Amino acid sequence: MYKVVIGLEVHCELKTKAKVFSMGPNIYSEEPNINVATIDLGFPGVLPVVNKTAVEYAIKTALALNCTIPNELVFDRKNYFYPDLPKGYQITQFNKTIGSNGVLIINVDGEDKKVFIKEMHLEEDTASLDHYGSYSLLNYNRAGVPLIEVVTEPCLHNSEEVVTFLEALRSIFLYCDVSEAKSDKGQMRCDVNISLMKDDSKELGTKVELKNINSFNNVKDAIEYEIKRQAEMLDNGEKVIMETRRFDDNKRKTYTMREKVEAVDYKYFMEPNIPIIKIKKDWVNEIKTTIPMLQYERIQLYMNEYGLSRYDATILVKDKEVADFFEKAITYDDDYKKITNWINGVVLGHINKYGLRINEIFITPKMLVELIKLVEDKTISIKQGKEVFYQALQEKKEPIDIVKSANMSQIQDEDYLLKIALEVINENKEVVTEYLNGRDNVLDYLVGQVMKKTKGKANPAKASEILKTEIKKLN
Amino acid sequence: MEYLDLTIKEMHELLKNGEITPLTLSKAALERAYKYQSDYNSFVTILDDALNAAKDLDDNVDNPLYGIPYALKDNISTKGILTTASSNILKDYVPVFDATVVTKLKEKKAVLIGKTVLDELAMGGSGTTGHTGIVCNPWDKERMIGGSSAGSAAAVALGIVPFALGSDTGDSIRKPAAYGGLVGFKPTYGRISRYGLFPFASSLDHFGCLTRWVEDAAYVIDALKGKDEKDMTSLPDDNKIYSELLDGKVKGKKLFYIKEIIDIDTKDINQEVQATLDNFNFVLEQCKELGIEVEAVSIEKKLLNALHPTYITISCAEVTSNNANLTGIIFGNRQPGDTVDEVMFNTRTDGFSELIKRRFVIGSYVLQKENQEKLFLNACRVRRIIVDKITELFKKYDGLILPATGGIAPKFDQKFDKLLDRYLLLENHLVIGNFGGFPSITIPSGVVSNMPIGVNITGPILKDSEVLNMAYALESQLGYKGIMAKGGNKNV
Repeated sequence: MYKVVIGLEVHCELKTKAKVFSMGPNIYSEEPNINVATIDLGFPGVLPVVNKTAVEYAIKTALALNCTIPNELVFDRKNYFYPDLPKGYQITQFNKTIGSNGVLIINVDGEDKKVFIKEMHLEEDTASLDHYGSYSLLNYNRAGVPLIEVVTEPCLHNSEEVVTFLEALRSIFLYCDVSEAKSDKGQMRCDVNISLMKDDSKELGTKVELKNINSFNNVKDAIEYEIKRQAEMLDNGEKVIMETRRFDDNKRKTYTMREKVEAVDYKYFMEPNIPIIKIKKDWVNEIKTTIPMLQYERIQLYMNEYGLSRYDATILVKDKEVADFFEKAITYDDDYKKITNWINGVVLGHINKYGLRINEIFITPKMLVELIKLVEDKTISIKQGKEVFYQALQEKKEPIDIVKSANMSQIQDEDYLLKIALEVINENKEVVTEYLNGRDNVLDYLVGQVMKKTKGKANPAKASEILKTEIKKLN
Repeated sequence: MEYLDLTIKEMHELLKNGEITPLTLSKAALERAYKYQSDYNSFVTILDDALNAAKDLDDNVDNPLYGIPYALKDNISTKGILTTASSNILKDYVPVFDATVVTKLKEKKAVLIGKTVLDELAMGGSGTTGHTGIVCNPWDKERMIGGSSAGSAAAVALGIVPFALGSDTGDSIRKPAAYGGLVGFKPTYGRISRYGLFPFASSLDHFGCLTRWVEDAAYVIDALKGKDEKDMTSLPDDNKIYSELLDGKVKGKKLFYIKEIIDIDTKDINQEVQATLDNFNFVLEQCKELGIEVEAVSIEKKLLNALHPTYITISCAEVTSNNANLTGIIFGNRQPGDTVDEVMFNTRTDGFSELIKRRFVIGSYVLQKENQEKLFLNACRVRRIIVDKITELFKKYDGLILPATGGIAPKFDQKFDKLLDRYLLLENHLVIGNFGGFPSITIPSGVVSNMPIGVNITGPILKDSEVLNMAYALESQLGYKGIMAKGGNKNV
């Protein structure tokens, strides 16, 4: 058997307003070449100007990944010729990255695992190149979009760990609010370095790079395909060659892109047009305060303090807005479990069905808690509660008002209930006698009669109590 | 009266009192430009449209550069105007944006007359490698004007314009200034935004100007300096008006010269070098007359010998990367090819001359992983050592003074042995100003064999005003103020 060793390079586009070194707008657009500034095209004489927000977002992410932040910001040039690279070099970070030596804890099958982050750097994205058989088209919308690259140590061992890590990493981007991290828009892309070694071996196997995989599902399939491919080769005594492969979406297989005879020499050197910029400790601390509690910590909190199951906690934290909604809700009432059930069931069911965001719906955490309370104190039934929830969304009315105006409240008025109960007792003497003879279950019939007379609005528990008391008096 | 032979201030006065208009000056400038073009080849492009621009100016003569004709080196981005960097690869390139210096000169209502020839992509010091032909020295057509700001120097020396902008990466303003009997000034690195300057070596590139008077240089730099949000390396403005600070009061200033650069073995020394050294001694005496103290300082020869190789290493490394945008993909003289790689390959093969390719090869070589530590990074360290040494001396001295060149402008067919030790230092020390980003100025200091020679003063960073003022005082003292190659009223 073989031990699989996987390291990742994950690129993520930051959602700054402008590009990382120009004022070109950083907006995702289907229309090509509309978000382009002079600088993005690399005309002679243009100069880069560092976007401070991009640096802030990068530092924020690096901090969230528990990285060390350097005391100065330095950019380097990575030199290579490619048609999608307007300047003939990419401004990136080589020697002194904006983050290094980080760690992200993930939970795989209930077990915590530390994923070590080697480094994280800030750089500019290239243009995108679309191939059409005999010709290719260039789209510079993406050229200069701020990109962070997270490089892990080779410490992952299977596709499940990788996908769990990618999901955790995406949650960091989303929780930090630095990226939309949508892989279908190419905002989060992943290169996978994968090698197999004999279980008893101490030497790493030959590394194969899987380039630019754009969905987590594809990452999973590509890794599994590649493990199988390499294992079969090794079983057959063949040698795995060092190469770059791509994953074919349709055929679900990896294919050779280029063989790496030697690593490419990018002739890195320090970018002379960007002076070294001091990163002030105060600024880093200030950025730190903007990082919300992250997924992992929230799961711990929800489980340990609020007594939720890992399953429930994990659902709540999947989307930060949902987790925030929950945390707001529990400031109004501490029935954590009930609130969780409502959110994970009714609320998420609704927003997932219609592709909404939790902050877009009319019901606020406060309204939800009020509704839950109405159900809990039996003012309305669970079934009514759900109806009120949807009606509130539809009519944009507060649940509490709907309940009031629809006269939906269960009848709690004891005098009224007493009057009805006595009527029922008088009209059903035989049944009452049966009850007195010890047939307790006929009480339900009597309660049902009260409900019938009140058109279902009586509080059944109250009605039952009153009936019992009154029948006892007869005895 | 030949208005173009006047100083900027004199022209300004005439414009102000209405004796002349911007059109008078632009017309005269264009006439001279055309008159001298075939003999000297200063321009890649002469802008006839300058007449319209001059006509369209309002009557508000609000600053010294109002209505003054000028020229730009053709590696300065001008929106809608051909900008070639004197290279085939950009022979049809029309920029979509103005360099910051151009924007500023437009605001000052100066009138652009033409774009001047340079050594291809600003690499080279002869003015002979531009794609439109060689530039000749207005003092002697058989001789070079030097480069790379060759056309700008020739245009000012011919009196076509009172000022022209150039760029200076090693000595590209200050050397042609010496060969053309001109004032060539590059201020502190960052004083002028480089936005829109086609880069040669970004960490060494400076904007600067060529003029015939120090005072004119001060007017020009006053108009160009200041922080630019588009250039992160630009400096906050020092809020000084250099032209108003020229008072010639330099008594008590202290300069030094580097002994090892001047001490040349007199055995079989050539006449011109001797004359240059004699002239330097004359300059030193004149400094004394002005009350400027000059001392000889010794710097380790090994360090000085490293100046040129260090320059070559750093500048070639940066230039190969800086010119990697010239692929023909987005702009430039695209050559056909079957694949996109072939297009880039053919464009570059066809677009650059051999000299340029040689520099790219050197640059790639010194940046290669296996060489970078030993060559490129060591060169960066040597640069730092040199700059530290000079900066240390600047604590004691107000500036460094040296002959700008090792002699008069060479003839085109002259074989010169640049590697000979005795010439090497005297010919290549001006890079000190680029290594440290120091303000540095060349002014005419004499005439040898009917050709001008110059002296250079380099000062501490940020002391632009002080350097200009010392040059201003010395210029008057030396007596070669405003000399012109052709018929001007201040010709020698």
